[in-house]
Amino acid sequence: MSIRTATARPRRIGPAGGDPLGRAPAALLVPATVAIALLVVPLVAMVAAADPADLWEALGSPLLQEALWLSVLTSTLAMLVCLLLGLPLAWMLARVEFRGRRLVRALVTVPMVLPPVVAGVALRSAFGRSGLVGEPLLEATGFAFPYTMWGVVLAHVFVSLPFVVISIEGGLRSAGTRYDAAAAVLGATRWHTFRRVTVPLALPGIAAGMLLGWARSLGEFGATITFNGNYPGTTQTMPTLIYVARQSDTDAALTLSLVMLAFSVAVLVVLRDRWLVTS
Amino acid sequence: MTNRPGDWELAVRVPDRVEVRSTVPHGAVVAVIGPNGAGKSSLVHALAGLIPAEGQLVRDGTDLFAVPVQERGVGLVFQDRRLFPHLSALENVAFGLRARGVATHEARDTAQEWLERLGIGDLAARRPDRLSGGQAQRVALARALVGRPDLLLLDEPFTGLDVGVAATLRIELGQHLAQFGGTTFLVTHDAIDALTLADHVLVLDAGRVVQEGTPAEVAARPRTEHAARLVGLNVVRDAAMLRAFPPSAVVVSVSPTAPDVSARHRWRGRVRSAAPHGDAIRLQTEVDPRDGDPRTLIADVTPAATRELDLVAGRAVWLTVKETAVTVYPAATEAAPGADRPAQDG
Repeated sequence: MSIRTATARPRRIGPAGGDPLGRAPAALLVPATVAIALLVVPLVAMVAAADPADLWEALGSPLLQEALWLSVLTSTLAMLVCLLLGLPLAWMLARVEFRGRRLVRALVTVPMVLPPVVAGVALRSAFGRSGLVGEPLLEATGFAFPYTMWGVVLAHVFVSLPFVVISIEGGLRSAGTRYDAAAAVLGATRWHTFRRVTVPLALPGIAAGMLLGWARSLGEFGATITFNGNYPGTTQTMPTLIYVARQSDTDAALTLSLVMLAFSVAVLVVLRDRWLVTS
Repeated sequence: MTNRPGDWELAVRVPDRVEVRSTVPHGAVVAVIGPNGAGKSSLVHALAGLIPAEGQLVRDGTDLFAVPVQERGVGLVFQDRRLFPHLSALENVAFGLRARGVATHEARDTAQEWLERLGIGDLAARRPDRLSGGQAQRVALARALVGRPDLLLLDEPFTGLDVGVAATLRIELGQHLAQFGGTTFLVTHDAIDALTLADHVLVLDAGRVVQEGTPAEVAARPRTEHAARLVGLNVVRDAAMLRAFPPSAVVVSVSPTAPDVSARHRWRGRVRSAAPHGDAIRLQTEVDPRDGDPRTLIADVTPAATRELDLVAGRAVWLTVKETAVTVYPAATEAAPGADRPAQDG
C-alpha cells in the first residue's frame, strides 16, 4: 500500500477503490480462502472426473428418473408437512409464554444433533409395524409407514422439522411483536393477526426455513434407508440410489451425484432469485 | 371536577411505572406531559390494554380494564406509528374494520373516505415506506379514527417530524379533534400541543400526577421545573411557595461582585449553552448549588449582549430578576398534597 502525494485528484485512503477502513487482514483472509476451497474443490473435482457422455446416458435411465422424481416428491411433501406443523409450533415458541417452553425447544432440536441412522431406528420403534404407534395404527387401519413413500416422507419430516421450526422461529422473533400489538388494538384476534400480519412480515424467514427443510429432506439418507429400506419406485430416493450404485459401480455413482448436484444448484438459483433476496 | 355521567373514571396503576387517578369529562382532550421516563407512554399503553395494569377505567358503568385489548375499541397512534409495512395506506386504514368483520369493499370505501378527510386520498395505494413522515402520521391517525373509538390515544404524534410539518399537522389535528366526539389522551413533550390542543393537562413526574388543571393554569403556575420549562418559564421553589418568571425577565451580568439585588432574586450560574430563540439568544445556565433550589435557569438576552459579555459555554455569570416580574403561588397541589408528592431526585 503506497500513500500518494497530494495531487489534483481526491486523495484515496487505502488501496484503490477500497474500503476506507483498510483491507482485510491476512489472519482472516487466509482461513476464509481455505474455507471456499474446501467447499468448492470437491465439487469441481467431481465435475471434472465425470464423463459428459455417461451423464446423458444416466439421465435416460428409468431407475434414475424414478429416484429423482421420488426425491423431489417426498421432499416437497415433507416440506409442506413441516410448514403445516412447524409454523404453528414456531409461533408458539416465539409468541406464547408457557411453562416448559425451554424444554419444548430443547426437545424439538434433539433430532438436529441425532445421527440420521439413530433417527431411523427411533422411527422404527415408534412407527414400525410393531412400534409404539405403528402397531395400533396397523391394526386400526391396515396401514404401516415403513417401506412406503409415506414412510420416506415421515423420515424426512422427522429430520427436517427441527431446522424448519428453529429457522421460522428466528424469523418470527426478528419480525417482532410491535405490529401484533398494533393489530390487537385495531380489534384483530390472534388468528386474524397471525394470518394478516405475523406471517406476511415473517415471510422471508418462513421461506428460508422451508428451503432449508426441503434441502435437508432432499439429501436425507440415513433415516430413510434405516426406516424404509431401499425399494426402487417406492422408497429409493436419489441419495439411496447413489449409495447402492457406489457399491457396485463407482462411475455410475459419480454420474448420479452430478445429476443431484446440478439439480440442487438449479433449485437454489431459482429460489434465491424468487424469494431469498437477502439485504 | 365533579363526577357526571359519561365521565371517564381513571384509576390506573402499572407497578413501578405509573399511577394516575383522575376524572375526565367525555369529549375532553387531555394532554399528558412530563419528562422522559415519567410514565406517559406506560399510561397510554395501559389504557389501550397492551401492558397489564391494575385499577379501572370506567365510563357509564363499564370498566374497560375488564375488556380484552381486541374488544376495547380504543384508537391508538403509536409513537413509532407502526403502520403495517406490507399493506398500502388504504389497507392499513381498512385493517381494523376488516378485523371486526366489515365486508371488504365497505371497509375499503370507509378507509378511502377517511384518507380523503385527512387530505391524503391520493396516497391510498402507497406502502408506508413510500410515505413522508407527515403523510404516514395522517394514515396512522385515519387508522385510529376509522373505528370511531370513544377513546383516542395519541403517543407523541409529532415526534420525528420536521418543524413545519408538525405545525401543519397540529392545526389539522385540532380540527379533527374538534369534530371527534370521543375523549383524547395526547402524550406530548411540547407545550404548544398542550396549550393549543388540550382542555385539560396532566403533568406526570416519576410516574405520579404532580399537577392537573387547564392549560392556562399549568402555563401560568407550573408546579414542576419540567412543566415550567415546557411552557418556557423559570420556576424556583421557596419554602411552601413557587416563584415563576419568564426568561426575558432575567438579567445576565458578569461583574465579579454580587449585583445589588436581594439574595432571593440573584444566583451565581454558569452558561451551559446558548441558542437562538426568536429574536433573542436563549441561555441555558446551571445554577451554583450554594444559591439554592433552581438547578437550572433560562435567560433570554440580546445577540449584542451575548457578544459583549462573551456568553459562551462555561462562562460564569450573575443572574438576577426584578421582583415585579415574579409570580408567587403556593407549591402544594390539590391533586397531590404534602405526603403524596413523589420525592424529587437531587
